[in-house]
Amino acid sequence: MSKLKKVKELGIGAVPFKSSNEYITGDWGVAHPKVNHEKCTKCSLCHFFCPEGAIHVHSDGYVEIDFEHCKGCGICAEECPVKCIEMVLNK
Amino acid sequence: MKQKLMGLNGDEAAAYAIMQVNPDVVAAYPITPQTIIVEKYSEYVADGLVDSEFVTVESEHSALSCCVGAAATGARAYTATASAGLALMWEICYVASGMRLPIIMSVANRALSGPLNIHNDHSDAMGARDSGWIQIYCENSQEVYDAHLTAWRIAEHLNVLLPIMVCFDGFTISHTMQNVNVIDDELVKNFVGKRFYPKVSGYFGETEYRLDPACAITMGAMDLQDYYFEHKAQQVDGMNAALKVIPEVEKELSLVTGRDYGLIQPYMMDDAEVAIIGLGSSMGTTRYVVDKLRAEGNKVGLIKIRSFRPFPAEAIFEAVGDCSVLGVIEKTLSFGAYCGPLCEDVKSLFYDTDKKPVIGAYVHGLGGRDTNPEMISEIYQSLLKAKTRGNVEHILNYVGLRE
Repeated sequence: MSKLKKVKELGIGAVPFKSSNEYITGDWGVAHPKVNHEKCTKCSLCHFFCPEGAIHVHSDGYVEIDFEHCKGCGICAEECPVKCIEMVLNK
Repeated sequence: MKQKLMGLNGDEAAAYAIMQVNPDVVAAYPITPQTIIVEKYSEYVADGLVDSEFVTVESEHSALSCCVGAAATGARAYTATASAGLALMWEICYVASGMRLPIIMSVANRALSGPLNIHNDHSDAMGARDSGWIQIYCENSQEVYDAHLTAWRIAEHLNVLLPIMVCFDGFTISHTMQNVNVIDDELVKNFVGKRFYPKVSGYFGETEYRLDPACAITMGAMDLQDYYFEHKAQQVDGMNAALKVIPEVEKELSLVTGRDYGLIQPYMMDDAEVAIIGLGSSMGTTRYVVDKLRAEGNKVGLIKIRSFRPFPAEAIFEAVGDCSVLGVIEKTLSFGAYCGPLCEDVKSLFYDTDKKPVIGAYVHGLGGRDTNPEMISEIYQSLLKAKTRGNVEHILNYVGLRE
């Protein structure tokens, strides 16, 4: 970790100087989604429902999960109309 | 400088000053005894006298939240409240000061329920003592008017950047018409000027501390074990800076108005043997009593505290001088505490000095009970007795209570 700033070195108002992309939060959850491409219809609803923006749609239509930011909430699995997403417990 | 004399109650004086300042956003919810401010201001909006975006919110929590959002974009934001309304703002009070947003809020001090009471005491604002807001207490409508002009310059000063509560006693000041000298709109405009912003470093580099899509920053985000403590310490620095800025800004306005208040206002303290320290409208009554007792040959004085937060310890220490007996009067109770919040502050400032005056705490006027000259006179009598005896009979005293 970089050296922490002191009171006088900090700007006013607690403005974050890093992008939220740089905060890796993927290890917060207890489970992660696993997509079964054989059942997936490429509807991309999971991408729209994901509250973290951690599900990206590829040019081939399939989705890819960003495990550095996915918190394992399971909303994608719940909303998937063909139930092709399974929540797998983390080891 | 020529001034216009108007008959205004405290609420009207606040509304008139804010009309002249013409802030970008006013979001307020009416509550007795502050309602007249919101009513008056909505008239100014309807009459086209101001450009403010007037947001009729559904609660005080929303009123202050709205001001936080507005101030974060760089706008000037104003609200007004009292009692339960301030209590409902609680959460956002800390957000406003923690985000260093210079919001101005009028507080027409009123007791807290229950039992239900709509009249004046200071329990509402005293409860918000530690919320990080500057608190200025006014004695009369004239002070209310002046404080609503200076507040902007103090709050927005780059060394301060803290929100301000301008406190004045509900009904006693808010609903009592008094002579108020007002200055020209143009003079107010020039005095208040433009809001300045500090520079901060966000993800996209250095920029002004305000929400601007051209150089976006995140405001009010999570701040945990690694930095929260440092940011709180910065708020203390802001308060300490205000001790210098408040007299500077008031001096500047006094060049136009001729009225200079400062952090405290001592009266007849040069040779005073006993003195009362307090804040708000009671200090007007106390000044009247000082004159009467002086005429009878008693060496009495008073120190009116205008800025309760930041607490002007040094100024009070100097004003007290060789006065050896002090009575601290306040309109609030801290249940189970040694004495009230103002008295605790006064006592602790002398702990670190070689002066040890005798100090008595006097709680009065709760729930709007009148504080008349006889009561103040009795306090002085008990202080004069304490001087002869060398100590106070009781640490905490109730004035005007049936015991």
